[in-house]
Amino acid sequence: MQSLVGVLFDGLAYGMLLFLLSAGLSVTLGMMNFVNLAHCAFAMIGGYVAVTLTNSMGWPFLAALPMAFLAAALVSIALERTLYRRLYRASELDQCLFTIGVVFVSIAGAAWFFGTVQQSIETPGYLRGTFQLFGMSFARYRAFLIAFAGAITLALLAGLEYTRFGARVRAAVDNQRMARGLGIDVDRTFALTFAVGGGLAGLGGALAVEMIGLDNAFAFTYLVYVLIVVAVGGLGSIGGSLLAAALLGVSDMAGKYYVPSLGAFLIYLVMVGLLMWRPAGLFGKR
Amino acid sequence: MAAADIFASRARWRWPELAFWACTLLPYAVTPAYLQLASQIAITALFALSLDLIVGYAGLVSLGHAAYFGLGSYAAGLLAKHGWGEPLSGLLLAGLVGGIAGYLSSHVIVRFRHLALIMLTLGFGLLLAEAANSAHAITGGADGLQGVRMGTLLGFKFDLYGRTAYGYSLFTLFLCFLACRRIIHSPFGLALRGIRENSVRMTAIGAPSRAHLRKVYTISAVLAGIAGGLLAQTTETVSLEVLSFGRSADVLVILILGGAGRLYGGLVGAMLYMVARDQFSGVNPQYWYFWIGLLLIGVVMFLPNGVLGGIGRFLPRRA
Repeated sequence: MQSLVGVLFDGLAYGMLLFLLSAGLSVTLGMMNFVNLAHCAFAMIGGYVAVTLTNSMGWPFLAALPMAFLAAALVSIALERTLYRRLYRASELDQCLFTIGVVFVSIAGAAWFFGTVQQSIETPGYLRGTFQLFGMSFARYRAFLIAFAGAITLALLAGLEYTRFGARVRAAVDNQRMARGLGIDVDRTFALTFAVGGGLAGLGGALAVEMIGLDNAFAFTYLVYVLIVVAVGGLGSIGGSLLAAALLGVSDMAGKYYVPSLGAFLIYLVMVGLLMWRPAGLFGKR
Repeated sequence: MAAADIFASRARWRWPELAFWACTLLPYAVTPAYLQLASQIAITALFALSLDLIVGYAGLVSLGHAAYFGLGSYAAGLLAKHGWGEPLSGLLLAGLVGGIAGYLSSHVIVRFRHLALIMLTLGFGLLLAEAANSAHAITGGADGLQGVRMGTLLGFKFDLYGRTAYGYSLFTLFLCFLACRRIIHSPFGLALRGIRENSVRMTAIGAPSRAHLRKVYTISAVLAGIAGGLLAQTTETVSLEVLSFGRSADVLVILILGGAGRLYGGLVGAMLYMVARDQFSGVNPQYWYFWIGLLLIGVVMFLPNGVLGGIGRFLPRRA
C-alpha cells in the first residue's frame, strides 16, 4: 500500500513537472505548426536564473520562481520577435534544423557561464524532509510541487476558458485562417502565447532543479520527454497534455520502482501503445 | 518527348557529378592523415543517403533511423567477434538484418503521418536502444562490444591509417549511391515524390501508396544496416551509441543541412557537419556545440532547404 501510494505520489509530482515543461510547446505547436525543439532551452534559462538568484544573491526560493518565469518569458518573446517569426512559412525540416541549432548554442552557452556540473538549489527549510499523513510519509517538496503546479494548471485552464485572450488562443488553434478572417490578430496572440509558454517552461526548469537536476545538457535531455507529452496529449490541448504528463510520470516512476532492470522501457512502451491507439493524441483533433 | 526520354535525360550523368566523385579520392593525396575521418564521413554520408530516401523523397520523417544502423552494426560486429572476420559477408549480413527489421516495422510505420510518425519511430528506436542496453550478455551493454577482429578485405589488411577503411567505405557508398540514383530516376522514384506531395491523390489515381512506402522504407533500412556494418568493421568496435537518439537526430540534422530530397544532400551535409565538428572540437573542445549551432542557424537563415537547396536558387534552372 505504502509503495503504491508512494509511486502514485512521486509519479504525479514528476508528471506535473513534465506538464509545466511541455504545456507551452503543445499550444504553440498546435497554433502555428511551428516546431520549436528549443523549448527546453527556455526551461534551462529559468532553472539557471533560479539557481543564481537563490544561491549567489540570497533570494528566497519562492521569490526566485516568478523571476524564473519572467526571465524565460522575456527571452522567448525576444527570440520570437527577432528570429522565429521569419520561419513560420519555412518548411518543417528547416524549423527543426534552426531550433536544434538554438539548442546547441544554448547548451554551449550554459557550459560557458555555469560549467557542466549538476546544479543544486537551496530550498527553504519548510520544503525539505518529509511529513506524515495516514501513517505514510511524503516528501514535502513533491507535495509542494503538486499543489503549486495544480494551482497553475487551474489558472491556465480558467484563463483559456473564460478570458477574451483565451478565446482568441482557442480560435487560433482550431482554425488559424478562420480566426484571421474574423479579425483576430493571430500573430500578436501567438507572440503572447509563446511568451507565456516559454515562461511556464522556465518555471518548470526552476522547479526541476531540486527534483530531477539541471545541467547544461538539459535542453537536449528533456526534449524527448517533452515531445512525448505533447504527442500523446494531442496538439494544442492543455487538458490532454496534463493527462499525458500525469500518465507518463506515473508509468515512468512505476517502471523504475517495480522493474528497475527495464530502465526507461515502460515510458516508451506506454507512448508507443497510446500513439498507435490514437495517432492524434488523447485529445488531439488532427 | 516521350516519358522514357524524360527519364533518360534526367538520369544522364553531368560533369559536376563526375567531378564530385573524382574529388572523393583527393583525401588519399591531400590529407592522408585524415583518412579515418574521411572513412567516418563516407559512412555517415551513406547513412544520411538512406534517410534521404524516406525523408526527402517519400516524406516519411523518422527520428529513429539509428535503429537499423545499430542493428547492422551489431550484426557485423557479432559475426566478426564470433570468428567470422571476412568483411564482405559481414556487410551483407548487416544489410540483411537491417532490411528484415525495416520490412517488419514498415507495416506499422507507414500507417502514420506527421507527429505520430516521428514519435513512433523515435519510440521504436528508444525501445531498441534500451533492449540492447539490457541484453548485456550479447551486446556488452554500456561497455560496448569488445573483441571484434576483422580479417583481410580481398587481401588488404585494415591498417591504422585507414587507407583500406576509406577505400572500402567509399566504394560501398558509391555502389549504394548508384542504386539510389537508379531508384530515384525510375518511375517508382517518381511515384514516391508523388506520395510525398499528395498521398491522397496518388491513391486516387491508382498508385499503391502504402506498398510503395513499405518498399522504400525497407530499402532505406538495408542501406542504413550496411552503413552500420561498415562502422563496426572499420572501427572494430560497437558501442551502444550506434542505437542512440543522438545518432538518429544527428543524421537528420546532417540531411537537412545538406538538403533533403536531393541525392547529394546527405553527402554534402555529412562532409560539412563532420569536418566542422572535427575542426571546432579541435580548436575549442568544450564549446564546439556553439559553433555547430551557429552554423545550423546560419544555414537556415541564408540558405533555406539546406546548402544544396540554397545554392540551387542562385543557379539557372535547367529545362
